[in-house]
Amino acid sequence: MSLFTSIKLAMRNIKGNKLRALLTMLGIIIGVSSVIALVSIGQGSSKSVTDSINSLGTHLLTVNISNTDVPFTMDDVDKINKIDAVKNVSPVLSGRVTLKNGETTTDVALTGSNAAYKSVRNLSVSNGRFITDIDMDYRQKVIVLGSETAQTLFGMENPVGQKLLVNGDSYKVVGVLTEKGGSMGENTDDTVIIPFSTAQRLLGTTHIQQFYAQAKNEASLNIAMMMIERNLYQTFGDSDSYTVANQQDVMDTMSSVNDTMTMLLAGIASISLLVGGIGIMNIMFVSVTERTKEIGIRKSIGARRKDILLQFLIEAVVLSALGGLIGVGIGLIATKIYAVATGSDVVYSVAMMLFAFLFSLVVGIIFGVFPANKASKLNPIQALRFE
Amino acid sequence: MVEAIIHMRDLVKQYKMGDNVVTALDHVTFTVEKGDFVAIVGPSGSGKSTLMNMIGCLDKPDQGEYILEGHTVNTLKDVQLAKIRNENIGFIFQNFNLLGRLTAVENVELPLIYRGMKAKERRECALRSLEQVGIVDRANHYPNQLSGGQQQRVAIARALAGTPPILLADEPTGALDSKTSQEIMDVLIQLNNEDHTIILITHDRDVAQKAKRMIMISDGRLTETEGTQHESVHIH
Repeated sequence: MSLFTSIKLAMRNIKGNKLRALLTMLGIIIGVSSVIALVSIGQGSSKSVTDSINSLGTHLLTVNISNTDVPFTMDDVDKINKIDAVKNVSPVLSGRVTLKNGETTTDVALTGSNAAYKSVRNLSVSNGRFITDIDMDYRQKVIVLGSETAQTLFGMENPVGQKLLVNGDSYKVVGVLTEKGGSMGENTDDTVIIPFSTAQRLLGTTHIQQFYAQAKNEASLNIAMMMIERNLYQTFGDSDSYTVANQQDVMDTMSSVNDTMTMLLAGIASISLLVGGIGIMNIMFVSVTERTKEIGIRKSIGARRKDILLQFLIEAVVLSALGGLIGVGIGLIATKIYAVATGSDVVYSVAMMLFAFLFSLVVGIIFGVFPANKASKLNPIQALRFE
Repeated sequence: MVEAIIHMRDLVKQYKMGDNVVTALDHVTFTVEKGDFVAIVGPSGSGKSTLMNMIGCLDKPDQGEYILEGHTVNTLKDVQLAKIRNENIGFIFQNFNLLGRLTAVENVELPLIYRGMKAKERRECALRSLEQVGIVDRANHYPNQLSGGQQQRVAIARALAGTPPILLADEPTGALDSKTSQEIMDVLIQLNNEDHTIILITHDRDVAQKAKRMIMISDGRLTETEGTQHESVHIH
């Protein structure tokens, strides 16, 4: 009997009992669709984590200084800036301030930094200019607003050139940042940036507790990291006083955590595929018993063992393949609904869909073999006598 | 001398029923010639079903020799037996044994499918044999849409489709009323006149009378009764 004829016959037997076929396929459908949905969502969130870390700035090292006994000053920062592999260094001072423009008041996070901060953190200015080195040198009371802060305080007006009060002190708005969206707990849209030297005076501190260093390129990132650590060790004399974090490390950790989660979920979903396979086996055994007479008739008119084996095996495989296809469809729809409903990123992986589908086929073959073998071994005389 | 199509010599078949050993066929020897119409008659438990299974190559003897169309059947493997059943035997059963999910013509096609015939050729063959038993107008009906007589005609068409040399009918009228039985017997007689060899197994002497030869079976032994239209000497 040709393969095509066998598949047609199998489809017919399946159509003859639609509800049972659907229930049989349910395990496979749930398995395949959940594997696809979970992997798509997992890879999507992995991608969005990577993207958001990247948006903090590229080739970035974050240095935190915990030792406050040894003063770390702009001179030390300048020394680090002279390291070959380092392109830019930005000292950072953070605090919360109250802004006031006329009657409008808002509390925002304030960052004090230098001109290089714009390049280090991948920022861009949509209107006006960023802080300059001269602002730093003269402790100018100038301020750059995040897009959301500008909106809150000035509404539709152009804020550039206008004055506002920072903790009661008058500052001049020189620029507004381009909207960027939040990432990793930081949102540059509702912050303000002022010159580092001005911030030191405003917040009453002389220490530098955090700075960013940007490496020249990907290759020099590790060298830069080593040089900075050596430099800091010379300054402090012990390695507990500071930490240097490599952005790539953070990214790798985050994506590996994410990948582990994804694989874990996909693994759990694959168990459902196995359970689905057992369901198919179960139903095929029932089907063999129900159709004992048919097997007897077929054998009496010349069906070989192989013909009967293939007939039942193909039926099991067609069931699981059909379940696999429906599962892929439902998985895609579920992923799409999730993406639209939560606005999250999802990644459709064709390889994963193919894998899930092929896996369901393999499950069909493995669990179809036992009932098919049983059917093919039936004694034709006893099978014919079966009622 | 007419060519012998079936030759059985000293066939023995025994079954274990618990501790007892039942001898279903006890040194059976007989010959069927081409174009013969043999009725094998016996009460239930006489061994006639075992004999039919043996003739139909569904079962293998414990002892003895069975030659069908020159093949020594008792030494063949299962795969070869399946081929013999497919090409040399046309089964007709008491309760028709049609597959309910297939239409009449598809049922008739079944033996041809296992022979590996192409779809178009298959359909033509099947329609031809439905024509032969006069039921081609019901080709696309399902078995449950047909009467008993019609179903048995479809079953005969299925047995004929592969043009096997032997038609093996096991109580073909057993599930039919007397009028329909008569019709089915007429079909078989007609087929015999067209030179088909027919072996009919029944418990009903009236049905058996219509055959050319009548063989009685009882306790696994054969006896040929007198008075049938065809004399025979190949009996033990």
